[in-house]
Amino acid sequence: MWHWIQRFSSPKHFYGMSAPLIKWFSVSALLLGVYGLYLGLFVAPTDYQQGESYRIIFIHVPAAWMSMFVYMVMAVSSGIGIIWQIRLADMVAAASAPIGASFAFVALVTGSLWGKPMWGAYWVWDARLTSELILLFLYLGYMALQSAIEDQRSADKASGLLAIVGVVNIPIIHYSVEWWNTLHQGATVTKFDKPSMHIDMLIPLLLMAVAFKLFYAALVLVRTRNEALYRDRNRRWVRELVERL
Amino acid sequence: MLKAYYHLLIRDLRLALRSRHELANPLIFFVLVVTLFPLAVTPTPDALQTMAPGVIWVSALLAVLLSLDRLFKLDYEDGSLDQLMLSPNPLMILVLAKVTAHWFLTGLPLVIIAPLLGIFMSLPAEAVIVLIYSLLLGTPVLSLVGAIGVSLTVAVNRGGVLLSLIILPLYIPILIFGANAVDVAADGLPVTGQLLFLGAVLALALSLAPLATSVALRITASR
Repeated sequence: MWHWIQRFSSPKHFYGMSAPLIKWFSVSALLLGVYGLYLGLFVAPTDYQQGESYRIIFIHVPAAWMSMFVYMVMAVSSGIGIIWQIRLADMVAAASAPIGASFAFVALVTGSLWGKPMWGAYWVWDARLTSELILLFLYLGYMALQSAIEDQRSADKASGLLAIVGVVNIPIIHYSVEWWNTLHQGATVTKFDKPSMHIDMLIPLLLMAVAFKLFYAALVLVRTRNEALYRDRNRRWVRELVERL
Repeated sequence: MLKAYYHLLIRDLRLALRSRHELANPLIFFVLVVTLFPLAVTPTPDALQTMAPGVIWVSALLAVLLSLDRLFKLDYEDGSLDQLMLSPNPLMILVLAKVTAHWFLTGLPLVIIAPLLGIFMSLPAEAVIVLIYSLLLGTPVLSLVGAIGVSLTVAVNRGGVLLSLIILPLYIPILIFGANAVDVAADGLPVTGQLLFLGAVLALALSLAPLATSVALRITASR
């Protein structure tokens, strides 16, 4: 079993295996995204209170979800990298950080665009917007530490530890900010309760969420492949790959 | 184990007391930054009182941040950090001793000088007492969490800005609850909730931060 994991997670094996996956992930992300956007922008009913401007949630909410999800992926794979010394896990974590930061950035920008008509200002110190901003800072700190340390292995381990410390802190940060101030509308999609949202709005939202996940999956594979090629640039399998070109 | 803790604590305190001028620097910085605000904003007592909790807490946070450097830097440069890691005592305990020493040298002086700043910023007496309590509970957490950051960046050249970049987001809950406790106390309302939260975070940091710091130190040393 252990041997199998070791071989399976070798950058060389990953490189060969991931090529077809990227194609599948990106095509299905595109299809689902286009369909979800169509349903969201043209089919879903107008909100009785917020008018048409609510439609930005079909980008905003999936981006915000993904920004948190990607941080979890980063922390878990950093943990795997530190504990079991699997290099591929470190590469996934390093490749995920800029993607997660971009999702957080998109969530912030769309959030403030939505805030202008709703709250009358582009930026309001609302609890969820603020914790999203702090999440972006956590990503930036991770990336800064990763690039500041020259030795690749200790850069991975150090920034990985930071990601894990961040994950312990995120709930504390989130709830303290929530307690501090809240203007944001309450969560409208929860697992345990009946969602307080019309089904015609919910379906495109969920479609977009799945599309964003697939998009991330494709992107992280591409970036991890690059990372693998770059880090193993002096190893034989990369050389052979280059010679075959 | 307790003996190792005690001896390392005494050693760090003694070393710090030998360069007294350096010892006062964070304190002077703290007072100086707070002094800037009445000059920059407005010296009317009402306005000062509304911004006092935030200003004092942010300044305390920055003072601790600037002093974090000396937690491991000298020991890293002269190699005694490596010796500590080779010792048979658990690294967690040694880290805890160093953090305790750091708190005695920076956190505690900040707590002691804080009432003076409370008077500068025309805070009412009840609020000053809560300010002392909140700093007493909060500054150890700043040292503990800061230690994780320092141990990750101690080997990085010009790691100062990097340190603040990775540590400041983690300080936010302490800032929120510390400043809010003082703010609420100034309005004459009960603050047990905020102080309990600070205490809970202190307990959490006390149990987890030394662990993370010792892992981080080993990562730094393996370079």
